[in-house]
Amino acid sequence: MLQDLLITVVYIGYAVAVLLVFGTVLTWVERKQAAIMSDRIGANRAYVRIPFTEVRLVWWGLFHGLADGLKMMLKEDFKPNSYDRFAYAIAPWVVFTPVLLVFAVIPFGGTLHPGRLFSAIPAISAWFGDRSYPLQIANLDAGLLVVFAFGGITIIGAMLAGWSSSNKFSLLGALRAGSQMISYELVMGLTVLGLILIYGTVDLGAIARAQSGVVLGVLPAWGIFLQPFAALLFLTAAIAENKRIPFDLPEAESELIAGYYTEYSAMKMGLFMFAEFIEIAIIGALFTTLFLGGYNLPYMTDEGFVLPGGHAIPLAHGAIVVMQLVVFLAKVLLVCSFQILVRWTLPRFRFDQLLRFAWRFMFPLALANLTATALIVWALELGMSHP
Amino acid sequence: MTRPAYQRKRYWNAPTMSWWERVYLFEIMRGLAITGGVFMRNMWRWITFRKGALTTYYPEERRPDYAAHNRGKHVLTQRPDGRPQCIACNMCATVCPAKVIEIEAAFDPDDPAHPKYPVRFEIDYSRCVFCGLCVEACPEDAIRMVKDAPHMPDMDRDAMWWSRDELLTWHPQQDVAKRYPPKRIPAEADATQPQASRSGLRGSLIPIASASSTVVAPVQGD
Repeated sequence: MLQDLLITVVYIGYAVAVLLVFGTVLTWVERKQAAIMSDRIGANRAYVRIPFTEVRLVWWGLFHGLADGLKMMLKEDFKPNSYDRFAYAIAPWVVFTPVLLVFAVIPFGGTLHPGRLFSAIPAISAWFGDRSYPLQIANLDAGLLVVFAFGGITIIGAMLAGWSSSNKFSLLGALRAGSQMISYELVMGLTVLGLILIYGTVDLGAIARAQSGVVLGVLPAWGIFLQPFAALLFLTAAIAENKRIPFDLPEAESELIAGYYTEYSAMKMGLFMFAEFIEIAIIGALFTTLFLGGYNLPYMTDEGFVLPGGHAIPLAHGAIVVMQLVVFLAKVLLVCSFQILVRWTLPRFRFDQLLRFAWRFMFPLALANLTATALIVWALELGMSHP
Repeated sequence: MTRPAYQRKRYWNAPTMSWWERVYLFEIMRGLAITGGVFMRNMWRWITFRKGALTTYYPEERRPDYAAHNRGKHVLTQRPDGRPQCIACNMCATVCPAKVIEIEAAFDPDDPAHPKYPVRFEIDYSRCVFCGLCVEACPEDAIRMVKDAPHMPDMDRDAMWWSRDELLTWHPQQDVAKRYPPKRIPAEADATQPQASRSGLRGSLIPIASASSTVVAPVQGD
């Protein structure tokens, strides 16, 4: 029992560390990628001077994120003369907390056998025995549903922030945020339904494991190959859900100052920004898990590689675990980078275009995709049961 | 007989999109390919230790391609003995749109031709707009702008003031456009010779700067 507790605490520490590091590093990645995309150098003036020396560590501007954080902490915590102080105070947390919680159900690796991992140290090995733990904080059957449930809470936070600020721009931003996020959440749910039909489960761990096989002989059975259309729609809807350009209408600075967090300053505003950056990572993690084969490389399972010809390459347990952790993070970073590419490429929609895009373009497409998937799955099952 | 109503000519063409563009997705892909391609190209340059940006990393780097007619720095011209030609008339300070020039005048009893001279002549480069009006305003050709650029960036505003002695760096011998001292006109030179020796080097408040100006040229009288 103590072993379970220890492992869970370690997992939670890992998850929180990964998310916070992603949240910080992504600000840097965003700045630098945007700069490189537009033939610039990017932020590179912040430095940390080693005390008592003149050695200044610049590290390609990595410390600008640190400077931002420090600035957020030290700024005046402005409070508007609002009638709803409580809602104003909790709104950033209502946005921030669910974003962190979503990661609890996302598998960031295969199965961990601490007994096998520490086989060199008999005491630890014996203590763990043959227990095994999936690399996932909460191994819930309803994983995907939890993701959507927590995603829904974020809307409430944005609405609360806009409503309690007593500011017209905030309220307009909140209205936009509400209608936009509800519309795109629907699309997101519909696109994922196709995957659920194929894999027959909403358990994210099971979905990730199901993608380690192959289809058509050579192609890895990744969601993006089984449901390419759904992958595209999902990523689009997810970016819209995160309110980033080209869907950043709720916080369109040229129209609404900063939208629903206009009246927020200091670390409260920092929490909104941080939540946005962590959500980039969460979207990356979700997309990786659902469509990019999760933590596995192609043809890789928890035991090693199984190449399409049937040739198996077994690997040591420790190597597999480390590889899966690294592969997962690399894939997430890749998807994050793609989101940043989209953000610095496309211009912003108009709000009526945004909603029309959701309801008259993506929604029917998602429905069509779902119908087609259902028909194919039904036909395949029929063919299997009546050969 | 009525003329048809005037139809205003419409020059603006309604945007027409082909179905390919209206599908939107492919054009997005094209856009992403362009920006992604630029990213890849620049990234490749960075990781092969080349520069993948158009930015000049200014205080550390200087652009080599300043225009030939760029004038980025002021100099005060000198008399043959190294004193500034400036007579502290304040015309440049008056005309300066950014009000960056500060002059403090003093009296020099030893030079009756130019009794007023600047003890302080300072330019605040943190505010200078490099318009060149000071050069145009100067009646004495005492201030000029040269192709150089001052080393401006600094963490301290006060360090961006350039003092008189820092502006007196121009070496007239190297100026090809306008030689100083000017060629002597023989007849005139003989007439002014005694005046020059009277007002020349004796009792100058400013130490003699250039060794090559020992050939005493006639002071250009006003």
